[in-house]
Amino acid sequence: MLALTIARLQLQELLRRRLFLVLLLLTLVVIALTTWGFSRIPSLGDGRGRVMTTTEIAAIASQLLILVMFMFSFVLAFSAVFAASPAISSEVESGITLAVLARPITRLEYVVGKWLGLVATVLIYAVPAAAVQMVLVEIAVGYSAPHPVEFLGFVIGEAVVILTLSLILSTRFAGMVGGVSGLILWGLAWMGGIVGGVGLVFDNATLTHVGTASKLILPTDGLWRGAVWSLEPASLIAAARAAGAAAAANPFFAADPPPLAYVGWCIIWIIGMLALAVWSFTRKEL
Amino acid sequence: MIDAPAIRTRELAKRYGSITALAGLTMTIPRGDIFGFLGPNGAGKTTAVKLLLGLTPPSSGDAEVLGASIGDRDALRRVGYLPELFRYQSWLSAREVLAVHCELAGIDRTAWQREIADALAIIGLTDRGSGRVGTFSKGMQQRLGLGVALLGAPDLVVLDEPTSALDPVGRHDVREIIRGLGERGTTVFLNSHLLSEVEQVCHRVAIVDRGRVVAEGTLDELLGGDTVRIRASGLDRSGQTALSRFGQLDDEGEWLVIRGIDTERVPELVAEIVRLGGRVYAVEPRHESLEDRFLRLLGQPN
Repeated sequence: MLALTIARLQLQELLRRRLFLVLLLLTLVVIALTTWGFSRIPSLGDGRGRVMTTTEIAAIASQLLILVMFMFSFVLAFSAVFAASPAISSEVESGITLAVLARPITRLEYVVGKWLGLVATVLIYAVPAAAVQMVLVEIAVGYSAPHPVEFLGFVIGEAVVILTLSLILSTRFAGMVGGVSGLILWGLAWMGGIVGGVGLVFDNATLTHVGTASKLILPTDGLWRGAVWSLEPASLIAAARAAGAAAAANPFFAADPPPLAYVGWCIIWIIGMLALAVWSFTRKEL
Repeated sequence: MIDAPAIRTRELAKRYGSITALAGLTMTIPRGDIFGFLGPNGAGKTTAVKLLLGLTPPSSGDAEVLGASIGDRDALRRVGYLPELFRYQSWLSAREVLAVHCELAGIDRTAWQREIADALAIIGLTDRGSGRVGTFSKGMQQRLGLGVALLGAPDLVVLDEPTSALDPVGRHDVREIIRGLGERGTTVFLNSHLLSEVEQVCHRVAIVDRGRVVAEGTLDELLGGDTVRIRASGLDRSGQTALSRFGQLDDEGEWLVIRGIDTERVPELVAEIVRLGGRVYAVEPRHESLEDRFLRLLGQPN
């Protein structure tokens, strides 16, 4: 139960920080601007003197939504990294851990509590922000993402993966080290996904294996592909399928959702990495 | 395990690689004692505290706190701890910090309000209870830390340098709080390098140097009576030997130093020197302070 006390403290800390307020305000600005942009899509046909078809609007809206949501997922991952990487290390530095861990609380409870607090913060930010964006797009241009719940699941999963990795780093390194390392690894995984796609296009087994390995080692990009898939209309997927393997290298396209086994692997990965964080912190000399 | 001592350690040691932070600490602290753990910086005092609270594992040896092995959850519920170097969460108010620790210590929720109000009153922060910790001075943070350590009327309170950031008034207040704890039968483990502080409040003292206890006992046992310095001439070696029945004799050239002498016997000592043919020019009786004893044990010039 004491894990929940730590989780509540972690959540409270992040919500009280100015960073969260700034993030929230900027998100509102971005949502307002993008909604205005989406509302202009139907008028794109004016220059050509004809009305845009529903399919055309859906194709453009889905692509734009994927780009907006990529930025959203990037901000989410970025924020998760910078919230998680000092979560433990800063408390070790300030001596808070001495006062807390001298209480009848285990290090397992402490680390799991930190993790729960961070996940709760991600949920509190991501669910309303993404939901409001999708609802406003639907109101503005009548395009609704085909799989909104799955989208939220994938994009939150991506943030949880990267925050869990950052939490491991936080058990051993100062916040800045963890933050920079977390972001570099996130970027590498994204590149790894593209390399794997290039491997598919050119039928190169080595590159494909690199892509697969990167998706397994750090499943952020694998989950991002799932998020992309859940935003695409069926017509776009059919058209891209007709184009063959060439679309595979595009980091903003996914023909299929990640297989269930991959989702299972991501869950195992998160649990395993959380266990690693607990193990690492349990062995740390305070 | 009510009868078990508050703290018992056996050859408790901690090594970090080739560095020995604590080398075989063996001691027993009975319940209700105000115990001073003294030593210069880097002597291993904080390491000993961290070992006792299960914050770091020992390299060898073992210890019991309140009759349970170190890190035992039930025992930790009855221990209050003020760390040496710390800053509480700057974004919490003093009251919120105390509430968090009430929760972590497993104090019944109905008692929180009273516990928090009592703690704030004892540490003199009642007016600042709603203030953000980030706006507190170092001294106020240390007072708050002491308040946190007192929550739930613990059986054992471990204070690591509790007055390092306090002004003389604050130090006086802390001494009074420690005395109050002693009167209530709470065991206090006071880690300090402030000798006068320890001398004023502690029943028993251990002096630790380079990871080893070099002396332990009650203050009377440690200080072992007074010291008298006598400037005298005309005493030969056999005369000096005859004086050693008054106490431990050190010949410092012009001065003779006799330690552990009862001050009532100083006239008798002077008469004896004169009887042995010596001439006395000056007599300086003085009470050996803990500082004298401390410096002597650490081999430092007084």
